[in-house]
Amino acid sequence: MRRLIPFALLVTTLLLPGLASAEAWTEPLNQLKKVGPEGAGNEAAAEAWQTLTDQGSAIIIPTLDAMEGSSPLAKNWMRTAVETVFANELQKEGELPAAEIRAFVADRENEPNARFLAFDLYSQISPDEAAKMVPDMLDDPSTGLRRNAVAQLITEGKKALDAGNKEEATTILGKALDGARDVDQIDEIAKLLREKLEQKVDLPKHFGFLMRWQVIAPFDNTDREGFEEVFPPENEIDLDATYKGKEEKEVSWQAYTTSDDYGMVDFNQPYSPLKQVVGYAYTEFDSAEERAAQIRLGCKNAWKIWLNGELLFGRDEYHRGMRIDQYTLPIILKKGKNTILVKACQNEQEQDWTVQWQFQLRVCDSTGTAIHSTDRQPTPEPEAATRRRPNQ
Amino acid sequence: MKDFFITTALLTLTLSAHADWLNFRGPQGSGYAPEISDLPETLAESTTAWKVALPGRGLGSPLLIGDRVYLTAASGPEQKQLHILCFNAADGSPVWERKFWATGRTMSHNKTNVAAPTPASDGERIYALFSSNDLICVDLDGNVKWMRGLTLDYPNASNSLGMASSPIVAGDTLVAQIENDSESFAAGFDLLTGVNKWKIDRPKAANWTSPTVLEIGEEKVVCLQSSKGILGVVPSTGSSVFTFGGGASTIPSSAAVGDRLYIPSNGLTAITATTDGADPKKMWNESAQRPGTASPLVIGEKVYTINNAGVLSCADRSSGERIWRTRLKGPMSGSPVAGENGLLYIFNEAGVGQVVDLSGEEGKIISEIELEETILSTPSLSTGALYIRSDKHLWKFAN
Repeated sequence: MRRLIPFALLVTTLLLPGLASAEAWTEPLNQLKKVGPEGAGNEAAAEAWQTLTDQGSAIIIPTLDAMEGSSPLAKNWMRTAVETVFANELQKEGELPAAEIRAFVADRENEPNARFLAFDLYSQISPDEAAKMVPDMLDDPSTGLRRNAVAQLITEGKKALDAGNKEEATTILGKALDGARDVDQIDEIAKLLREKLEQKVDLPKHFGFLMRWQVIAPFDNTDREGFEEVFPPENEIDLDATYKGKEEKEVSWQAYTTSDDYGMVDFNQPYSPLKQVVGYAYTEFDSAEERAAQIRLGCKNAWKIWLNGELLFGRDEYHRGMRIDQYTLPIILKKGKNTILVKACQNEQEQDWTVQWQFQLRVCDSTGTAIHSTDRQPTPEPEAATRRRPNQ
Repeated sequence: MKDFFITTALLTLTLSAHADWLNFRGPQGSGYAPEISDLPETLAESTTAWKVALPGRGLGSPLLIGDRVYLTAASGPEQKQLHILCFNAADGSPVWERKFWATGRTMSHNKTNVAAPTPASDGERIYALFSSNDLICVDLDGNVKWMRGLTLDYPNASNSLGMASSPIVAGDTLVAQIENDSESFAAGFDLLTGVNKWKIDRPKAANWTSPTVLEIGEEKVVCLQSSKGILGVVPSTGSSVFTFGGGASTIPSSAAVGDRLYIPSNGLTAITATTDGADPKKMWNESAQRPGTASPLVIGEKVYTINNAGVLSCADRSSGERIWRTRLKGPMSGSPVAGENGLLYIFNEAGVGQVVDLSGEEGKIISEIELEETILSTPSLSTGALYIRSDKHLWKFAN
């Protein structure tokens, strides 16, 4: 066991946080927080990073603390500073603030990535003690930490299965599914529950996919110009309206419900495969409160999304691949009704891998935990065999 | 006699200093480094100097600077953890590692990954670009010098299949092609601060080719390849020097030799460029010399291409006329490289390393090794050694 920082220093740092603000790391950390777009602040940050890492392991906890509220780039500067001094101290068997690092991990109020990093450090100092923390991380706000706990349960569930104890396996894997947020783990657990234990798994509810939509199509996307063209649904949502679509044909809204495990909204189902077209899908989401959330989208067509009439983002890439949570869009849900409009554009390509005209959309928090509309209806029963998650 | 040894030692040091492998496919991004000598002629257990495990996936080649090896990797369930690694060239022992969280999108096709681009170096710093568009500069001891999150700055600059273009240092500028279907651009970055020296719009189309450097007299011209052709730019300003509009591949890159560029365009097209504003002169075009995924290689008076069937073609580089063809064990995703001994080194996707003697009437495989892992990357060379990586390991071969 490595020597730890003297108790007196620990007490000083823990009990007198006001003193820490005047420490030698304060200014360098402030400098790292200032890195901005297009390389702004890089020169000063490099100096600050050097100053910080020259101070040794004393900077570990203050730097982890400083990640709260910092930009992704600033967090990376801080991360490398922490890991650099940690590796140096480890190599020379120097002093490391093990107890403080453990306490930092245990405090769920701390920044999730910083806690995940701290856990990695603690695992290097005291692997056995770190392993004891894992089972309590099943509902952790850090998805990285949560993943370890889920992995443990998957292993336990498989052991119970191998031993022929289906009831125990069902309980363990059900608990694992409740905690799982990473798609690969969710897939693995769902497969075990369904195929080995004959359990029903409501994946759309677990993920928070939106299953019921109103759709309207086709509008014109000849020469891919429809992506920028403003068609009537972008100006108004009138589900009773009729418009002139592609080739002057009348188009109107129709209800569309998906029963796909992964919430796929497939325009080719109601409209048959079409090329050089634009479709819109509209739905409403009733939020119990005003809150921060995320819309997560998978789509291999060009797309735009509006929340409550405000354009969130658009992307004009076609048929380069699709996966769950391909795009993460931070949003603020307002209390009550929120409107979501998706524009999905199909291009002119004729290869068999360019047939898809579809998207999948879910609403969740920053950990990937589903947020459900207050008026969410039960997941539609599949009309056919459950489809596989689309390949990339 | 003593003087002889001192001179030899100095010469060796000088050669070593010039024998660093600083970017994808080495000098000029051409794959051929005639100053790199003493390469192993056999790839075998007996020439395997060492093999080390890697913490994550990657396609980028190692950089070789002095007595160290630099490499990138990406790990985690969605490859969101980025690594820059430094090893001792002598024994493969780790020197340092720096880890970062990806700030851009990490989605890619299964065949590629987030650490697909090869880093670049000016001999003093490492410039590591990832498919997430994180561009990170560290010095040779791992001290962080600057970082850019190019997807933070330019939110639609990404490719859902993955980005793979490798940056290159030309003069005092790092040049990178961030080309894709949406927010497509190329930029020159200040080596010391990472800020944009220039940024130009590029064709809105996915593009995995890497920039190469022409040396025209005393001037360097960076060649940006795309489906439209080649744009030659001044590295420090991005100003256009010449345009070749004949179209070009978006997967294999060109090979640069002096003022001549061998472009994967309608097969293979050779041009000579000048800096006087004139259009480049087309020397020849040979449709039968079409490269597959592997980039062409020029050694002396010959140009070599490998098609998607694994057939190696040798042509006269002054005329494009084919001299011979030899079937290698393909398919290849990596590109061939060669050093002073004139042997061609390549690894196929099944992990079979092949050494090809090019000196006879046709190419002859003189050594093979099965690494028993998928290899999609390009080897790197330094005096006396060849390095190759997979998603899991890094190997060094030496006599």
